[in-house]
Amino acid sequence: MKLLLLATLNGVTLAALYFIAASGFTIIFGMMRVVNMAHGSLYLVGAYLGHDVASSSGNWFLALAGGAIGAALIGALTHALFLDRYQGQDLRQALVTIGLSIIAADLMLAGYGGLSYQFDVPSFLYGSTPMPIIGGYPTFRLALIGFAFAVYAVLWLVVQRTRFGIMIRAGVDDRVMLSALGVNVPLVSTLVFALGACLVGLAGVIGGSALSIAPGEDGRYLLSSLVVVIVGGMGSLGGAAIGALLIGLAEQIGLAYFPTYSIIVSFVIMVAVLAVRPYGLLGRPA
Amino acid sequence: MTVALQAVKLTKAFGALVAVRDVSLEIDEGERRVILGTNGAGKTTLLNLIAGDITSTSGTIRFFGEHIGGLSSYRRARIGVSRTYQKSHVLSGLTVLDNLYLALRGVQPNRFSVMWPGSNDIHKARARELAAEMGLSIKVDVSAGELSHGEQRQLEIAMALAGSPRLLLLDEPAAGLSPAERPLLTAMLLALPRSVTMILIEHDMDVALPVADRVTVMDEGAVVFEGSPQETASSPLVQSLYLGNIGRDDVVADTSS
Repeated sequence: MKLLLLATLNGVTLAALYFIAASGFTIIFGMMRVVNMAHGSLYLVGAYLGHDVASSSGNWFLALAGGAIGAALIGALTHALFLDRYQGQDLRQALVTIGLSIIAADLMLAGYGGLSYQFDVPSFLYGSTPMPIIGGYPTFRLALIGFAFAVYAVLWLVVQRTRFGIMIRAGVDDRVMLSALGVNVPLVSTLVFALGACLVGLAGVIGGSALSIAPGEDGRYLLSSLVVVIVGGMGSLGGAAIGALLIGLAEQIGLAYFPTYSIIVSFVIMVAVLAVRPYGLLGRPA
Repeated sequence: MTVALQAVKLTKAFGALVAVRDVSLEIDEGERRVILGTNGAGKTTLLNLIAGDITSTSGTIRFFGEHIGGLSSYRRARIGVSRTYQKSHVLSGLTVLDNLYLALRGVQPNRFSVMWPGSNDIHKARARELAAEMGLSIKVDVSAGELSHGEQRQLEIAMALAGSPRLLLLDEPAAGLSPAERPLLTAMLLALPRSVTMILIEHDMDVALPVADRVTVMDEGAVVFEGSPQETASSPLVQSLYLGNIGRDDVVADTSS
């Protein structure tokens, strides 16, 4: 019982982190049909930049802002310089972003070395919170659930309620028509790409605080975002939430009960979902 | 008379295929120009060149004297070039109201505002008016993808008109409309103010000819004929090229009435 509860709680908090990372990925795909293979690099860039800010300012919230804004700027630049010219050419965009992720990984290894870093979180998020049955649980990991809900709420409001959000939704439907209505679609695309990068940069600092930052994390979060978004349906925010929950729980419960085979559980889920719903749980044809 | 649109030796090649070849056009302000031609004659490509969806291989386009050949489609939309597409291009995930709202907002200078559209937003009110004018009042909150095909075409034209365009490009607006809906479309096109210049691609003569001031006929990418609707209907060249395809007797009978 205790093991099940602990594994479930681990799964839900991991799902929260996966969701924050994958939300940016799915928003970028939804608007632009760009499969951003450098998404994991932006996660790690956000984490390292956040760490720089934290070590010079000592303030975790500034680190959060620094990681998010830094990743957003790099994302915007990446889109404007390398991706916009290949609009509609998925394979080229995927190859360009793979190339960029390899370069970024080496640059970060050169700049930050191979050590792993962790953030010092504010005292009210530090330590453990008493819980029934399982005893104590790390407070920060519980806070992850709150962060995930906050990200979901803000994104939902931006997309559904603002004027900019109407343009994003219109771009998902039909870029050509949006342009014919007088909207600068390349600029909207760059802004959406920056928004997605901002979210994954935020995830980098939050993930670096809950777990750690180290070389190789870029690949891990790219893979988790891909699996989450494929299961949930590419381009769907709700789908990313459901996908993250499924994958997070499957990983942690698998790890607790059958550790040898746990690594394949998420892929079994992915195959099963794709067999029944080829566009993912909440996805629709592009 | 002011010249609204002037194209000089416009050419568009896709590799070895020349879709539009040395097309020169001069369209006066307020004129209704119909472009005829068989499938593959280059009509839609010409419209795409004028709207800026593609750029020409060579040649120039001027809009009220201003060179627009290098402008992207959204910039042309902002200076008053508006269009509809052969296949419906309404934004199917958005409500009818949001479609019209975006069409109004797209050409405004503060289009990127992230503010909530408040209840006193003048564009929201205007969008409701436009929906009412198109007879779509009761459907404003329905998502555009759920409208019937005829309603989607109406919405598309309403969106094209929302930004108060000076040049309206219509690509087969009657395509897919029922025989009952077609006269309504013709009436609507005839009711448009003369401040709007219009270029219309249309196969349905009943829709096209009552609206047309002048007719341009294209074949294999080039302009082969230009004249009044009467001259067009009686031209042997046009009949052999184009009208032959859809039954000459029908068309001559229709235009003489």
